[in-house]
Amino acid sequence: MSTHRPLSRANIVQTIAGGYVPLILATLVVFLPLLWMILSSFKQPGEIITMDLKILPESVNLENYNIAMTTVPFAQFFLNSTIVTLVGATIKVLLAILTAYALVFVRFPFKNAIFVLILVALMVPPQVSILPNYILIAGMGGKNTLWGIILPGLGTAFGTFLLRQHFMTLPASILESAEIDGAGHWRRLWRIVVPVSVPSIATVALVTVVSEWNDYIWPLIITDRPETMTLPVGLTLLQNSEGNGSGWGILMAGAVLVIVPILVVFAALQRYIVAGLTQGSVTG
Amino acid sequence: MTRQLTDRPPAVVEAVPAPRRRPKWSSRTRRDFFVFLALALPNLVLIGVFTYLPLINNIYYSTLDWTLGSASATVVGLDNYVTFFTSADAAKVLGTTAVFTLVTVGGSMVLGLLIALALNSKVRGTTFARSAVFAPYVLSGVGVGLVWLFIFDPGYGVLAWVLRGLGQQSPQWINDPQLSLVMVIIVYVWKNLGYCAVVYLAGLQSLPQDVMEAASLDGANGFRRFLSMSVPLLSPTTFFLLITTMLSSLQAFDLIRIMTPLGNGTSTLIYEAYLQAFGAFNRAGYSASISVVLFAILLIITVLQLRFVERKVHYS
Repeated sequence: MSTHRPLSRANIVQTIAGGYVPLILATLVVFLPLLWMILSSFKQPGEIITMDLKILPESVNLENYNIAMTTVPFAQFFLNSTIVTLVGATIKVLLAILTAYALVFVRFPFKNAIFVLILVALMVPPQVSILPNYILIAGMGGKNTLWGIILPGLGTAFGTFLLRQHFMTLPASILESAEIDGAGHWRRLWRIVVPVSVPSIATVALVTVVSEWNDYIWPLIITDRPETMTLPVGLTLLQNSEGNGSGWGILMAGAVLVIVPILVVFAALQRYIVAGLTQGSVTG
Repeated sequence: MTRQLTDRPPAVVEAVPAPRRRPKWSSRTRRDFFVFLALALPNLVLIGVFTYLPLINNIYYSTLDWTLGSASATVVGLDNYVTFFTSADAAKVLGTTAVFTLVTVGGSMVLGLLIALALNSKVRGTTFARSAVFAPYVLSGVGVGLVWLFIFDPGYGVLAWVLRGLGQQSPQWINDPQLSLVMVIIVYVWKNLGYCAVVYLAGLQSLPQDVMEAASLDGANGFRRFLSMSVPLLSPTTFFLLITTMLSSLQAFDLIRIMTPLGNGTSTLIYEAYLQAFGAFNRAGYSASISVVLFAILLIITVLQLRFVERKVHYS
């Protein structure tokens, strides 16, 4: 509204005070703790256990990372997290695409009732299902297995809902011409619907990857052996052995290994992630 | 507007009256029936088994006196609920849940709105700042919790160092039950306010520009304009945020688990349910009854939301 007002001293002061200062403050409040994490991960215990705080580490020393990786099997956690995230997210996105396509383009009775069940499932918090799912999965022999971590989260209400909403907006003409050409559902899905829906599918995929990577309560409960722990659970294990005050540098190195991969993904693809996570806010 | 795609067959097919008595089961419909099942059934079964079945099982478990891992359990009816609500725990847990939820919801919404207003100004760098404030929302709660635990460390934390500079002693953030709740609330708000800011920003940007400009021509100053125009017009956004942040605050687990593993002063319903089943006591039945109470609260909020969304919240 005030872009083209003539420059004057009062104007500049107002722009800085009203525009830049709050923005810079907000950005610093977010970045300083994360910067502190990275700086501290390079510090030796002597630089942390001290009354006069030093901001910068004496050198970029990877010793903490080394200790973190040898105290607990961090490489194994990293591998487990990667497998759980990739396998889980791939299956979830696939299931979401198939279910959403079926709900929009395939004739079936009770479709609305099914959609309502999916909407309601969207509101059921996974936390209240932890104990029954633990008993079910442990009974199936899934304790301390990667499939036991992945399986209960595979059903996807969020992805189905988001893709259904998107598929509903596709123009009828593109599918009708394919139908006249004699293309069946399978070909219509992969040749037409999926290629024109790449941004929406990317949104669902990224949000799913982020939530699988960060998932904590379920892997925490279903694993108690390091061989199958994911990164967040492994970090808890590291906290138990290093949480006596002297190990802050090591713990910060562990936190970097959990946080930075997602931070990088977010920095590169934030447009999709923000859109997916704030979905539904401006529809009402 | 372009025609919306539906599952109806093309008009040509529809125009020809079906000669058979049960056109619903034409070969095409039958084929579609099985195509639908093949595509949707895996997902629907997974949702049924791991989302709906646990709700029923939880109610059943809540009627048992049962130690997790033990092969036998006795049916005790509503005893677990009676125990919970008559013990001193209930008041403490419900109180902690209420304080945590109200302060985190209020805090992240008010701060989120303020940041959204700053992001809505037409200066350079707002896109970057928007992403920056949103970032904590997508980061691992475990990682974030550890980073802040270090900052709050009464011995070697940055906060203690700043307070020493001001001639103050650092409070015992971790050992004092009330302060540990304050600490977790601060970190939770830090992690979630970016979500509120981005949603509020979208709301601000969808406000009718002509109305806002008319108001400013009428001589309403920025603050008046904000209070009498923006705030009421933003009420659908506010309502949406109120519901979504309340639901996620009631489910907050990661930060509480990492920052206060023993739940000292931070035992909300969800954390108490976790501690009872998977902590030292393995009281599965009792834990299930707390989960059912939590679920009932979440259900009430969701139903309220659905009822309010029907009628528009603001007058447009």
